[in-house]
Parts: sequence; structure tokens; C-alpha cells
Amino acid sequence: MRITAENVSWSVAGTPVVREVSASIASGETVGLLGPNGSGKSSLLRCLAGLRAPDAGAVRYDGTSVGEWSARRIARHVAFVAQDSGADSDLRVADVVGLGRTPFRDRWRGADATDRAVIAAALEVVGLTALAGRSWKALSGGERQRAHIARALAQQPYALLLDEPTNHLDVRHQLDLMELLTGTDRTVLVALHDLSLAARYCDRLLLLHHGRLIAAGTPEAVLTADRLAEVFEVDAERGTDALGHPTVIYRRSLGAFLPTPRPTLKRTRP
Amino acid sequence: MPADHQIPGTSGGVSVGGCEAGIPRAPAGRDARRSSPPPAEPPVSTSPADLLLPTARERGRTAETASGHPLPGTPGVPSPPETGGRSGRLDKSAAPHPGGPRHGSRPGSPRLLLLLSAITLVASIAAAVRIGTADTGWTDLARVLSTHLGLDVEPLPPLVDSLIWDLRLPRVLMAALVGASLAVCGTVLQAVTRNALADPYLLGVSSGASTGAVAVVVLGIGASALGVTGGALVGALLSFALLLLLLRRTGLDSVRIVLTGVVVGQLLTALTSLILMASADADTTRAVTHWLLGSMAPARWNTVVVCAIVTPLGLTVAWLCSSALDGLAFGTDTAASLGIGVRHTRMLLLVVTAALTAVAVATVGAIGFVGLIVPHGVRFLVGPLHRVLLPYAALAGAVFLVWTDALARIAFAPREVPVGVITALLGVPLFLLVLRKRGEL
Repeated sequence: MRITAENVSWSVAGTPVVREVSASIASGETVGLLGPNGSGKSSLLRCLAGLRAPDAGAVRYDGTSVGEWSARRIARHVAFVAQDSGADSDLRVADVVGLGRTPFRDRWRGADATDRAVIAAALEVVGLTALAGRSWKALSGGERQRAHIARALAQQPYALLLDEPTNHLDVRHQLDLMELLTGTDRTVLVALHDLSLAARYCDRLLLLHHGRLIAAGTPEAVLTADRLAEVFEVDAERGTDALGHPTVIYRRSLGAFLPTPRPTLKRTRP
Repeated sequence: MPADHQIPGTSGGVSVGGCEAGIPRAPAGRDARRSSPPPAEPPVSTSPADLLLPTARERGRTAETASGHPLPGTPGVPSPPETGGRSGRLDKSAAPHPGGPRHGSRPGSPRLLLLLSAITLVASIAAAVRIGTADTGWTDLARVLSTHLGLDVEPLPPLVDSLIWDLRLPRVLMAALVGASLAVCGTVLQAVTRNALADPYLLGVSSGASTGAVAVVVLGIGASALGVTGGALVGALLSFALLLLLLRRTGLDSVRIVLTGVVVGQLLTALTSLILMASADADTTRAVTHWLLGSMAPARWNTVVVCAIVTPLGLTVAWLCSSALDGLAFGTDTAASLGIGVRHTRMLLLVVTAALTAVAVATVGAIGFVGLIVPHGVRFLVGPLHRVLLPYAALAGAVFLVWTDALARIAFAPREVPVGVITALLGVPLFLLVLRKRGEL
């Protein structure tokens, strides 16, 4: 399923967060959404997932504007994994994953055999089968993240939109997740902070800065040293690791948390 | 749906406001990673990863086509097969397909448990009708029921018949209905506000009812037309209208619901106290206090009938929203992404709980604690899945209030204790026990 943003703008309390973004994610593509903190990644993702109505512009799925679609209809097309939707819930893991079946479920009926099979498959794919009966409260951050991904997969979505899904995940599960995302013909848009993961796994990248889309294209084209300096304020360049995977190598930060310029920071203790 | 919609200025890829426009798709090497080696034919077996693709829906069910709108893309075309060597699993060491974990409907014994609970409720109602200052037997109950159902039995003396049929039976039925109603309202509001302390009176409805009742009893406003019950109902509904009016500007955020409800409640409680202090004599104050603590004594058939219509309706609506109640625990965005109309659902549930609470409070006063402890106790017993939790909460609330009301009648007979006192006296130790079992105390 192709997702298209047409001049999408969205603001919160009068502050523009997403500004006139136009982009298209082709069917089956894995696209990385990059940008520094506060660049509007999450907001754009929510607009594209149909969770926020853009102030201006339109979001289209396969050319059809989703502005008038019901939440249920959208949920049958697109699954969304939020950045941090931790909850103080007593639900069991299998029940949380089962929430992904909500858009297909008749309100009067409980889970049927199809639902159970899909839930089992989703649990297996993220490696949580053994924890299916465990309480949500007893899960670690990474396990919760994987459960949310399983819940999204249980929606059998045409497109998967994820907001920094590698947060909380250990290295092995980060790699497994990226393999899982790129391994099917599902359309995937994933907001990432890890530029190396993005360079390695994404077909294309969208780069946001101050709510504007300032670059889009292949990782090679987007992750130039100039842009990394301008947008992320780091001295870095795209390279290749020892195994030949594309990666981003950071030399140093060009900004600083402290107001004092870095070169003058000296130890004063004798 | 247009087959090939494109934004002006793009070449199948992206438009970036003039910058980087028209960058071609990824180079061949990247695409090759995705699609090689090409398998000979689509797989027939359903691996877990395949089952999660949208194309698996047609195999399993036809929900999408039945919903009246076509699938996007190319429905019916088999999904491109998995590429070789990519299992698509996050965890390759995962256990083999288990055939489905137990979840959701929880078949078998819980259904039996629900039936047993329902039988317990009926038995409790029957037993509670017998309990009271005047002793009545099982045969009396059977004879009264038979008489009023039009069966050919020897009727009881009119006084006994009236005692059972006009006073006891409506009162016990009322206790069951109100108990179910309050327990379900508490469960729903705890989920909607994501607050474990939420109870049916959180919305300030009970305070509104008190103000309405006091206005009728003490000030005599509309006393002839409304009566205490009518006044309380009007007060409850007005206070809910005020709550909605205040929430209209700020939205239905969980914290806002709680804060606004508390504010409205405090305002109306102050108003009630003011009216009592300014105008009421000692006897009126005692009568009103009795009502404020909650008592089943005013229950008659006319109020029972209203409750018997409103309560099942409200409980059904709440139960139909059970998936939404589960989803709301994970925040607005996640809930909305599951296809839940968050704003509409919250509003619907607020209206339903307010209506249920208003009807209950207007008739029998603000009976405390049932709506707080029963949800927690039942959640501890049957788990937090609302589809299962809500019916049990209703049954448990009903049984609890039927017995506490029976106790209120006989504990200090012939004097009657407000049932709200008993629910708190019994409820607190039970609640502490649950907390202790859960390891939270």
C-alpha cells in the first residue's frame, strides 16, 4: 500500500510542528524517518497513521484520502507502534497482542480461531510465545516493545508505522526487528535515531528538520556529511563497517549541552 | 481508487519542496537484498510471518470485503513469498507454533463460574427476601410469587403479602440492580480515567443528586412534582451537564475528567451543606443524612422498573465497549490506532456511567465503596480483560449489595443502618485483603 503525504501541515497550540511535508512511500518500501529531537518525526508519523488530522494537506492511502475514514477502517490498513505506550496494566501479554484484532472483531463476539492463530503467530515472530501468559507489569521495556510490535503485526496491516521501535531493544533484537521489517512486502515507515541502522536497512530515508522535509532519497544521497552537520550538529560521515554494511561514523558533536563553547572547557582542579 | 496517483513534481518517489526532488528508487543492490532468490511458487503453508500479512485475511475470513469497502492494492493476489534465508522472525529460537495461547474468551471453567455466579445471585436474592425484622419462610415467598404471577394458589394474608411483594422484593431487586450498576460504573471509570481510585461518584453525579434531593426536601423546590427521587435525578443530570460543559472546552483527557469531576462534586457538596445549615431543622438533617449515606428502604416497584430498564441497557453498552476499555490503558494514540474512536467511546461511556449512577443514586442515595472495591476484587479474581471482568463485576456487585443490605436490615434491628455504612465496614477489610494478596500493601 502506498502512503502519500500532500503538503501536510500540523500544529499544536499554534506552534507548527509539521510544515508542508510532501512525500510518498511506495508499496513494499522500507523508509526511515530521520531527524533530531523535536523535528516533527512523531507528529508526521501520527498524521500518516491517521491519528491526527492535518491542519492542511492530505494523507492518501493508495491515492484515496483518509480524511473521512473511520478509525476502524484506518486500523484495518495501517498499524502504528507508539514510542512509549507503557501502561500500568495487568493484562496478559497474549491479551495485549490480541488488542491488534480489535479492528476485525465483532463487538458481540470474542476471539475466534483465526484471532487465536494470528495472535500465536505474532507472539512467535517476536519471540514472546513463552511469555504469552505473563502480566504486562512483569515485562521489561524491551519485552513490552516487542509485544507492541506483535500487537501491530496482529492487525495484519498493509503498512506498518513505527515510532523509534528500537528504543529499549538490545542489539540482537534491534537487528532482528529491522530484518523483520524489511523482510516482507509490507510498506514500512520507521522513525529512527540510529543513523547506522537506517543506512543499513532502509530503502530510502526522509530527513526532517524543524518540521520540514529537507531531504529524501537513498541513504547514500541523504546522509551526506554536510547534512549531518547541519541537521544533527555532528561531525560525521557515511562509511562502511568492517563487514561491508553501510554505517555512519561520528567524530564529535558540533553542539553542546553546556552554554560554554567546548574548547574552553578545561579541568580547573590541580 | 485511482490506480496511480502522483503528487506533482514527484517521480514515483518523493517531493521535497524543491530539494532532492525526483531521486530514483534505491539502487539494484539494495533491491536485490529484498527480493532474491526468487522462489518458484507462492508458499502454501502458513508460516507465522505469512499469517501476519494482510493477504492472510482472505484465507482466514472476509471481514474486509464484508465491511463494504475494497482492499487497497491488489486484493486476492498472493503475497510475494518470503525471501530465502529470511524467516522474518525476531526470535529464531522461539518455540514452534503452539496452536494458540489461551486468551480472550477463556473457555471452559470460567463460563461455568459465570453460571455459578448467576445462580448465586438468584439464590442470594431469594434468601435476602426472607431476611428482615419480620420472619418469612420459603413457602411464603413461593406463595407470594405464585399469587402475583397469576397461579392458582391460596394467597397469603394481605399484610404479609404486601410486606414481601411491596417492600422486601423491590428492595432486594433494587439492591441487586444498584450493586451491579455501581460495580460496572466503577470498573468502566477506572479504565476510562486510568485511575485506580476512580469510583462511580467521581463525576460528581452523586453530589448533584444530593443537592437536588436537599433542594426538594429542605427548600421545597418542586416538591410536589418531583419528589425526592425526581429531585435527585434532576440534580444528578444537571451536575453531569455542568461537567460536560466544563469538559467541552478542554477535551476528554483522563486527568481533566478526574479533576473536573472532583471540582463539580466539591462545589455541589458545598451547596448541599449550605442549604442544610441555612434552612434545615434537626429532623430533616437526620433524614437527609440517612439518604446521603444510602439506603434501600425507599425502593418500590416504580423505581425498580426504571432501574431494571436502564441498568441492563447500560451494562450491555459498557460490555460492548470492552475492547476499547482494554485498549485505552495503552494511551490515546495506541487505542486510536486499534480502530477505537477514542473521543466518542469516552463520551459514550461517561454518559452511560452518569446515567446509571444518576438513576441509582436518585433512588437509594450514594452508597459508597461498592463501585471502588468490587472492581478491584473481581479484577484480582478473574483478570483485567474487560470482556470477562464486566459481567463478573456486575454479578459480584449485585451479590455484595444484596447481602450488605440484608445485614443493614438485621444488624441493629429494629433500627436500620444505612447500607453505605455496612458496605464500608465490610468493604475496607476485604479491600485490604485483596491489596495484601496482590502484594501492594
